[in-house]
Amino acid sequence: MESAKVLDAKGLACPMPIVKTKKAIADLNSGEVLEVHATDKGAKSDLTAWAKSGGHELLKDTEENEVLKFWIKKG
Amino acid sequence: MSDTKKTTIVLFSGEYDKAMAAYIIANGAAAYDHEVTIFHTFWGLNALRKDEHVPVKKSFMEKIFGKMMPRGADKMGLSKMNYMGMGQKMIKDVMKKHNALPLPQLVEMAQEQDVKLIACTMTMDLLGLRKEELLDEIEYAGVAAYIGDSEDGNITLFI
Repeated sequence: MESAKVLDAKGLACPMPIVKTKKAIADLNSGEVLEVHATDKGAKSDLTAWAKSGGHELLKDTEENEVLKFWIKKG
Repeated sequence: MSDTKKTTIVLFSGEYDKAMAAYIIANGAAAYDHEVTIFHTFWGLNALRKDEHVPVKKSFMEKIFGKMMPRGADKMGLSKMNYMGMGQKMIKDVMKKHNALPLPQLVEMAQEQDVKLIACTMTMDLLGLRKEELLDEIEYAGVAAYIGDSEDGNITLFI
């Protein structure tokens, strides 16, 4: 999947991943994909809810070696 | 925009942990593009105090109040297990380890995200706090401003 931008939010605690994601996605055009890497265990629920509320689409998420990765398409 | 959602929080408490909860929620709501207001009243006003001594004219009682209350967000104690400030030091250590933002930075980030910080002027008078002693770029208001922000709000909390 092609990401227009990658946000490294690893090691950051709540509420930083969501605050940084919001800032990062603001720079993208609608339809572009933001890739987010995080280690906060709440990030999955947080980003899923946040994307839904903001009209974005969470295309995919993975977890490997305790790093959560998300691909969010800007709405 | 009329479809902007609103979050309003009353921060009444003057403890580090409670203020932290309020500011984390505020920053989270701002990331949701909510219009966010934190209305600081009573002990919550101390979160807005500058950490340095500001020379202002005060009555004897007001001076005592000023000395007894924490001067700024960083000096607040915990609501539980404070142990004369030991608990606060310990939690700050743990927070550093877990990369959680300390309260003063949460306040700064809230300002960056255009969270409206309001100081309640009536309780400022009661506690003898002057505008000069509080952070710059905050607003001063009373209950009507808070109700005005809350009445068409989506989330409102009292902490």
